[in-house]
Amino acid sequence: MSKRRVVITGLGTINPLGNNVSDSWEKLINGISGIDNITSFDTGDLPVTFAGEVKNFDANEYMGKQHARKLDRSGHLSIYAAEQALLDAGFNPEERMGSNCGIVFGTGIGGIGATEDAVRVYDERGASRINPLAITQLMPNSSTGQVAIKFGIEGPSLTITTACAASANAVGEAKNMIENGIVDIVVVGGTESGTTPMTIGAFAQIRALSTKNDTPAEACSPFDKNRDGFVMAEGSTVLILESEESAKSRDAKIYGYIVGYGSTTDAHHITAPAEGGEGAVRAMDQALKDANLSVDDVDYINAHGTSTPANDKNETSAIKTLFGTKAYEVDISSTKSMTGHLLGGAGAFESMVCILSLQNGVIPPTINLNDKDEECDLNYTPNNAVNKDMNIAMSNSFGFGGHNGVLVFSKT
Amino acid sequence: METNEVFDKVKGLFVEDLGIDESKVTMEAKLEEDLEIDSLGIVEVVMAFEDEFDIEIDDEELADVSTVGEAVKLLHSKI
Repeated sequence: MSKRRVVITGLGTINPLGNNVSDSWEKLINGISGIDNITSFDTGDLPVTFAGEVKNFDANEYMGKQHARKLDRSGHLSIYAAEQALLDAGFNPEERMGSNCGIVFGTGIGGIGATEDAVRVYDERGASRINPLAITQLMPNSSTGQVAIKFGIEGPSLTITTACAASANAVGEAKNMIENGIVDIVVVGGTESGTTPMTIGAFAQIRALSTKNDTPAEACSPFDKNRDGFVMAEGSTVLILESEESAKSRDAKIYGYIVGYGSTTDAHHITAPAEGGEGAVRAMDQALKDANLSVDDVDYINAHGTSTPANDKNETSAIKTLFGTKAYEVDISSTKSMTGHLLGGAGAFESMVCILSLQNGVIPPTINLNDKDEECDLNYTPNNAVNKDMNIAMSNSFGFGGHNGVLVFSKT
Repeated sequence: METNEVFDKVKGLFVEDLGIDESKVTMEAKLEEDLEIDSLGIVEVVMAFEDEFDIEIDDEELADVSTVGEAVKLLHSKI
């Protein structure tokens, strides 16, 4: 039996660039950063004082205080993005999606903000004052459950926590569900809201974050010689995946196709990539094989491109290993230069970027790339977007733990 | 403290802390059906009562409480 084709029929997002798809895309193609000084809490003695925060979003106003109180911020963002995506796909968010719809969500650290709050209350006031909603806010599957409840999604559900590869894996697993005929529709997304004091502090302790506090918008500089770490960001992005026949039968708009998925593990080190990005090479290769494509078919790679010294160097090596001489021709960019690192939300956001790039024929740039690292010598679309008619895009996501998730998208 | 004063404080907690619509909070209102306070929410309500009135409420005491009025009665008896 041949596999069913999987299309994307809806997109929704809330992230540091904007609170919907069109605002986010405008910023992306104009090379505008969403990173700024942290405003949601006092940064105190933290060595990092900036991040990619979601702006102009009041959960109490959006869903009412009684409902909002039950969720961590990562959950608020998930529901907001999911509602947009369902509307965009032509569904009525007031109606239940039913048992022919599945849900897969990715997150790196779940309701970490709720965890921090609950621990603080325990320390200050003791066990009897711990928020009884803490567990349901902080569990990593909270968004999966809350989005399913809100929109009546009764099919299979999965929560994937492969760190910064989480929502790339989520999109891939959702693709498999539809290809294999388990359900016709999957609401798939990623969410993260780790722009919180302890989390920023802990990532800073392992020297993963940029410390360019004086120039937040210029701090994330993937592939640049002076890059010094990633920038923490928060947000959620949701895609509606659907079998092609389901989408066509209801005359839905089709953004494009998900045609390839690769998933591998470095089995090397809990944070450092394998030398030469060995696991990444295998994931990209697997994704292309799944899509029945070769490296010559790839028009654009949305790189993981975190702006850490180790990632950008090893990802570059991995692309060279797999693509050979073609590595120097393929257009690459890291949109994390503008969004910061959405951690478990990155794969879904960057899937959206690939789909919009193919559809609009525009490659968003890698901003802040002024002085290319000698070891990063490919075409990373520095600072200005490029217009190009394209058919195939690849999205790379790699996570702490050694998890690699690669997706391949096609316009036709 | 008079019963109506206890009710005013309870109403304040429901509206300010829990985000419940003020017009719904009457003596007759059922906690679960009318105010949408579920099994998790009731634990929060008890915590809020304990803090507000400086009392302790045992789980058994809650067994007979299903309306705002019954909660007010319980609190009034303990203050």
